[in-house]
Amino acid sequence: MSNIVSNYIEAIRDKDRVFDLVAPAVSPKLDVRKGCILYMEDVSVSFDGFKAINDLNLYVNEGELRCIIGPNGAGKTTMMDIITGKTVPDKGSVYFGQTINLLDMDEPEIARAGIGRKFQKPTVFEEQSVFSNLELAMACNKNVMPTLFAKLSGEELSHIEETLELIGLKDQRMLNAGALSHGQKQWLEIGMLIMQRPKLLLVDEPVAGMTHQEMDRTAELLISLEGRHSVVVVEHDMDFVRSIARTVTVLHQGSVLAEGTMDEVQNNARVKEVYLGE
Amino acid sequence: MTTTSMNKVLDKQTKIFLSVLASIAVLVIASNLLISPDSAFHIPTYTVTLLGKYLCYALLAVAIDLIWGYMGILSLGHGAFFALGGYAMGMYLMRQIGDRGVYGDPLLPDFMVFLNWSELPWFWQGFDMFWFAAVMVVLVPGVLAYVFGWLTFRSRVTGVYLSIITQALTYALMLAFYRNEMGFGGNNGLTDFKELLGFDLQANSTRIGLFAASAIALGLGYIACRFIVASKLGRVAMAVRDAESRTRFIGYKVENVKLWVFTFSAALAGIAGALYVPQVGIINPNEFSPLNSIEMVVWVALGGRATLYGAVVGAIIVNYAKTYFTGALPEVWLFALGGLFIVTTIFLPKGVVGLLKKKEAKS
Amino acid sequence: MTHYLSKVMLFACLLFSQLFTQAAWANSADDYSSGLEQINSSKLKQVALGVDLLIRSGHPEAEYLLNAMLESKLYRHKKQNRLVMLLGKDGSKFTIADLNDSSNQETLSKRKVKRIPLNNTLRGKIKVYLAGKSLNSESGDVRKAAAQKLLEDLGDDELALFKTRLNLETNPDVIYILESGIALDKLANGEAYEKDQAIKFLSDSLQPAVRNALTTIIESGSDELKPAAKKALAKIEDKVEFYGFLEKLFFGLSLGSVLVLAAIGLAITFGVMGCINMAHGELIMIGAYTTYVIQLLMPNSIGMSLIVSVPAAFLVSGLVGIAIERGIIQFLKGRPLETLLATFGVSLVLQQLVRSIFSPLNRSVETPEWMSGALEINPIFAITYNRLYIIFFCLAVFALLFFVLRKTVLGLQVRAVSQNRNMARAMGVKSEWVDALTFGLGSGVAGVAGVALSQLTNVGPNLGQSYIIDSFMVVVFGGVGNLWGTLVAGMSLGVANKMLEPMSGAVLAKIIVLIFIILFIQKKPRGLFPQKGRAAED
Repeated sequence: MSNIVSNYIEAIRDKDRVFDLVAPAVSPKLDVRKGCILYMEDVSVSFDGFKAINDLNLYVNEGELRCIIGPNGAGKTTMMDIITGKTVPDKGSVYFGQTINLLDMDEPEIARAGIGRKFQKPTVFEEQSVFSNLELAMACNKNVMPTLFAKLSGEELSHIEETLELIGLKDQRMLNAGALSHGQKQWLEIGMLIMQRPKLLLVDEPVAGMTHQEMDRTAELLISLEGRHSVVVVEHDMDFVRSIARTVTVLHQGSVLAEGTMDEVQNNARVKEVYLGE
Repeated sequence: MTTTSMNKVLDKQTKIFLSVLASIAVLVIASNLLISPDSAFHIPTYTVTLLGKYLCYALLAVAIDLIWGYMGILSLGHGAFFALGGYAMGMYLMRQIGDRGVYGDPLLPDFMVFLNWSELPWFWQGFDMFWFAAVMVVLVPGVLAYVFGWLTFRSRVTGVYLSIITQALTYALMLAFYRNEMGFGGNNGLTDFKELLGFDLQANSTRIGLFAASAIALGLGYIACRFIVASKLGRVAMAVRDAESRTRFIGYKVENVKLWVFTFSAALAGIAGALYVPQVGIINPNEFSPLNSIEMVVWVALGGRATLYGAVVGAIIVNYAKTYFTGALPEVWLFALGGLFIVTTIFLPKGVVGLLKKKEAKS
Repeated sequence: MTHYLSKVMLFACLLFSQLFTQAAWANSADDYSSGLEQINSSKLKQVALGVDLLIRSGHPEAEYLLNAMLESKLYRHKKQNRLVMLLGKDGSKFTIADLNDSSNQETLSKRKVKRIPLNNTLRGKIKVYLAGKSLNSESGDVRKAAAQKLLEDLGDDELALFKTRLNLETNPDVIYILESGIALDKLANGEAYEKDQAIKFLSDSLQPAVRNALTTIIESGSDELKPAAKKALAKIEDKVEFYGFLEKLFFGLSLGSVLVLAAIGLAITFGVMGCINMAHGELIMIGAYTTYVIQLLMPNSIGMSLIVSVPAAFLVSGLVGIAIERGIIQFLKGRPLETLLATFGVSLVLQQLVRSIFSPLNRSVETPEWMSGALEINPIFAITYNRLYIIFFCLAVFALLFFVLRKTVLGLQVRAVSQNRNMARAMGVKSEWVDALTFGLGSGVAGVAGVALSQLTNVGPNLGQSYIIDSFMVVVFGGVGNLWGTLVAGMSLGVANKMLEPMSGAVLAKIIVLIFIILFIQKKPRGLFPQKGRAAED
């Protein structure tokens, strides 16, 4: 009974949302009172008999910057696919905060609820300007009609400007995204994530193919996000992980092998075995 | 609309296009009405109607360009929406014949009398009123596109799959409309129209009026498409075209975007069909044939995708060529059309307009 | 009077021919020649006498002559007062020939000749004689066909023939039909107990005549018989329904085989190269035209030409396919929608090319003898050989393709490229070469499908168009790049189509199937047998 009432209130609240600007960027349903923003419990998924994820349990705290490492085929990307709704697991449960069941939602709904994702391969809208890329990603009412009649407000404009500044692409704002260098594309994508104002960012191999300077810049960028957003970074590059990591989770064959600080993980016997074959 | 967004919609190319369209329309009408038929500058009514037909095709091409050029949906079934709009108009024109048909039945069109039907089927009710037919011209293709799109886009049928399914859609409709039992005149379709809104369809003035209406429809349709393309929704559509799943991950319901733009495009195609039918005087199931629909796509490809005026240019070039070839060298036409498909896709990925742009950039 | 007389004579004739063959032969020639003289007349009476004589003669030529009379082809040349055979009519001009020498032809006004008159009595007499003749033929099949034909319209004369033949017959099938005839008679005219027995006997029969007779009893027969007749009819109807179902299934499977043949090449090219070849239908058409040309080259051995056509069509279509791949598709890698449009252009060009070379008219390809005719299982269920062969042919092609893709080096490379092009290239597979060969293979199979289609329909420039959409539907329904999917999808669509047809008509059945597929794709966008795994994503 109370469920029906709360649903009804929810519906009214949705209808009530006349001014998009006032709307919070994150779903009002998000409940992080227990301090944990992402729960993955007993999740398994297999492709043609191959178990990509095997009884995975993962918890991410609010405001945390978590690094996930693991050898190839450990299931890192599949894990992100599950969280963002691209892949539906065979079993298990995935919750965003206490109340939002991610398995009931599709990709845009999850994105609107406050989970942003950066892909392994930088995918930006190459035919459109840097500015336009950020504008498209910006948190606002993304339904069809509001989008058709959308106009940028001053506040939104300054948000875009800030982000341009943050990702260092202020001078390239009117350039087509396709013309950017590889590293710049990665930053633009992170910028798009920031524009979404998500509570949780999933970042897949952000420094792949970057020079050392670019890598340092990226590390700064990610660290500056910590606190405001929870960030999950999947990365191969150990130096990079060491430079940003607080807590590290090691995935192996689709489940968690070890978790802890970088030093703890590096001294873990099983991790050594998996990584070095000892 | 504020001036800035107005400027965005009516950019330089759009202004040029609209003024060219308007001046051609005015010149054609003037030369038909004001210049004596003996003069070399006189455009006969026959040609005016032919040009009006091209303008309908151009509007259809704009509708296709909107979804293919800007959103990446290659519909091989847009002829179906065009034909449905045409049939809606045809039904109105049929009802206008009244008792002037061969069998002289005041209510039933000739083909129904011929089939020994005793009463008008329910779906023919209301088509004696122009406003009703006009609503149906938009509604029928729109609703079909909406239902079809709702089913396909939601289940994420994309790329060649979607193209094939749209082709199957128009093919199924063609088979259905060929059946006499459907009540749309079987393979003869609807024809022998007499008048539209009380104006004799054979009269010079009516034909000029239809030409003008086609030009206005093209202009307005063009502006509407420009409005969509220049809006944020237009940029979302392009984002869908270039990286569909990325667009989903930043929170856009891609299927809804596709659905609305597709439906709008279908309605536009329906309007083009409705203006086309009174000018050519017939609508039959052949308009549904998959060949027709795929030919429309090549207009857009030849003109240049993702430039609305390119679609117009392509539609007019191909149809002028078709009129010329099928008259002068009928056996060459299919070679020419086939060759056009191949040459355009391999050598002119950006169409004629792209070629001109390139030249401009060089000089 | 004449009727009665003729009957007596007929019986006499039959008796003679059976008991005193030798003696009968002696009179036969005389009867034949005087019969010929008698029918060369415009008077019905005289003709009737002549017919009797001819029948009595039992002469081999008499049959031919009487047949011609039945078909209204026997004429009398008025001036020359001789019998002639009509060969053809063109308005008021008739082409005639000598009775014995068909090469001696003449074309003249139709007023110069007169048809030999015939009335219904005579016609009936001749029919019974001819049927009786076939009923006593050497060949069991001819006897069976004759008996079956006579059963359709069983009168006293026919019944008499049946009874006589039953004493001599050895073929069980024919005996059964003869007995059915006699039982039908008993059912109509026999004692009550005979009627009961007859119904029991007939309840196993599938002859339409039996069903009619039982229906008549149920509608207007005596009350005692009705329950038994109803039961028997119900039993028969059950069987009819069952065989009707089998027939639909068979038609469905043969249609399905055609669909599979047409689609399987497409499935290969679509699966491996990810592009749609809209000219696929035209490659089928080229295969069909290859058959036509080869048949023109070897007009005397139709059967052989068909067998030669299979590899020939494979080669021709395959080469055209490779040319399309090398000439067009390789420049459009990774742009499937553009490939679709370009190959559609190719299809238009090929259609027009064929129209220019062979004319826009349909050409008919002859069917060899071993493919015509039907295997008759029972009176209501026959399997036509051409459809049967198509099913076998389809399965053979499928098995061969399966073998090629599973067991050969080419197959291995094809599968490697279709699963991961870059990886395959890294392993040293020449992907360009594999593309060309795959395309050739798919196109060649289309050509082979064309050979099969040439046996079912006329060969024309639009042949390909009428199959291309169906082929797409099969591929999409079955799941791209999966041979089994194509087989299952093709067969089930074929069967579904044929099962729906009696209920809704052919066109509506097709529409229903199309709508079904459109809806199905919503549920399973990757078809019945989707490719799974990470490679299939995006």
